[in-house]
Amino acid sequence: MDELFSLSVSDLQSRLRAREISPVEVLEKLESRIASVDPQINAYLSRDFDAALAAAKNADVSLPLGGVPIAIKDVINVRGEPCTCASKILRGYQAPYDATVIAKLRAAGAIPFGRTNMDEFAMGSSTENSSVKQTLNPWDTTRIPGGSSGGSAACVAADEAFASLGSDTGGSIRQPAALCGCVGLKPTYGRVSRFGLVAFASSLDQIGPFSKTVRDSALLLNAISGRDSQDSTSLDEPVPDYTAKLGEDLKGVRLGMPREYFIEGIEPQTDRAVRDAIKHYENLGTEIVEVSLPHTEFAVGVYYIIATAEASANLARFDGVRYGHRAENITGLLDHYGRTREEGFGPEVKRRIILGTYVLSSGYYDAYYLRAQKVRTLIRRDFTSAFEKVDAIICPTSPEPAFKLGERSDDPLKMYLADIFTIATNLAGICGISIPCGFASVDGKKLPIGLQLLGKPFDETNLLKIAHAFEQSTDWHKQRPGI
Amino acid sequence: MTVDLDVRYTAQLARLNLSEEEIATFQSQLSQVLDYVEKLSAVDVENVEPTAHTQPIFNVFRTDESRDWFDAKTALANAPREANGLFSVTKVVE
Repeated sequence: MDELFSLSVSDLQSRLRAREISPVEVLEKLESRIASVDPQINAYLSRDFDAALAAAKNADVSLPLGGVPIAIKDVINVRGEPCTCASKILRGYQAPYDATVIAKLRAAGAIPFGRTNMDEFAMGSSTENSSVKQTLNPWDTTRIPGGSSGGSAACVAADEAFASLGSDTGGSIRQPAALCGCVGLKPTYGRVSRFGLVAFASSLDQIGPFSKTVRDSALLLNAISGRDSQDSTSLDEPVPDYTAKLGEDLKGVRLGMPREYFIEGIEPQTDRAVRDAIKHYENLGTEIVEVSLPHTEFAVGVYYIIATAEASANLARFDGVRYGHRAENITGLLDHYGRTREEGFGPEVKRRIILGTYVLSSGYYDAYYLRAQKVRTLIRRDFTSAFEKVDAIICPTSPEPAFKLGERSDDPLKMYLADIFTIATNLAGICGISIPCGFASVDGKKLPIGLQLLGKPFDETNLLKIAHAFEQSTDWHKQRPGI
Repeated sequence: MTVDLDVRYTAQLARLNLSEEEIATFQSQLSQVLDYVEKLSAVDVENVEPTAHTQPIFNVFRTDESRDWFDAKTALANAPREANGLFSVTKVVE
């Protein structure tokens, strides 16, 4: 019998429904696993076992996610729990309400359990910007797990969670999923409510699941999707059963290889693994078409104008008035704001607030922000054109496997380029998933490589079908780091 | 567009105090980012509409009716300082 903690959500559900195990026993075994393993990984910031136990005792396993514990990135409000965004400025803050995704998970019978580590305010690609602790990659603990949802990715990869929620603004679900060897999905913008998600960039953020399998990803997407009257950016698109097409063959499916995503500078083993995956897809019956996304080279630039601009506005609320840190011995209003924010925010957050404020400021708005929004339109059009010829786009998730701790932290620009293949997805508002497709051998260690599939807006059903077919005809998703 | 970023001034706009060391470091790091971003000025954006928002929804309104949300006690629960059921703040007016 498989160790319980290594099960997928789907297999766990079978056991729960067959009454082989109870939700309370599942939670206890999970807690025991986390206590034993997390000191090596640091995925979790905190866990409220008592609250989860109360939920487990009342769990109804016939519900779609009945009795299943789900770890939550520390950027999503869960009533009664801390929500710090891994920042000093929110230390001590206790959420007075559930985010809509949490209410939906509860309605589906799931049990939010554990707050996972992240880059502060979701700004980063390595989880090195957490003000609390450093999460480590379960495959090589001298390396980063990716970011900003590093904790949510690492806990699933290390079998410290059956599944988790993260958020993705420029790749913060997909990139850590690739680096940690699990499945990470960014839904179409507007598919999932952002109510209760601490906002980083309001036109880019989406909440999404980390899981061990594509089927689990579909199950979670079913639970969290839907129009929310409290999030006016969520769309009135009906929620299909995202598992409905899993298992269908890929006859007639056309996959696009964007020439701008297969360039010099991709780590060679990553390039090899992704090209092998594409060949595998050909063997599964898909047609591979070369496409072009000509404005790709501008995506990182556009992102660092738009995302930082939106962040500078969203983080203005952290002013020491209604919640969070407030400086001591204040001498006046400017001192109140200036020192509270100086003490509360880490360096990357400060950098992005400065950049964002600058690009929106008088005299610079047209040259930077407005221009970036126009280039964003062109990036979006590139995808719309490509999707006339193909059903999904196939490419690497990350240009390389996990880098070493500290390797990029002195060079912000180099760090930003880690997101080169994920960022345009958020600018265009489309959906994307990363699935395991192989390993690189680096310094004698096996490091996961992720394959990325990008889909049309609200076409997650087909995206998941295409991803599932690859997963089920390979063994990559079954490999574990051996912790 | 030459890089014209004045970190000290911009930080004031953002109500964010910075040390002299941070000002110097950020000036250099952000200038590099802005140099990178310069490439956007080469793109032909003539007659291109800006995208603020990727989905085609506009003017999402609800009926103007009051709803129950937090009571005062809940809203004050995370307050750094409160008094008489109010958020206590730094003096603004002399």
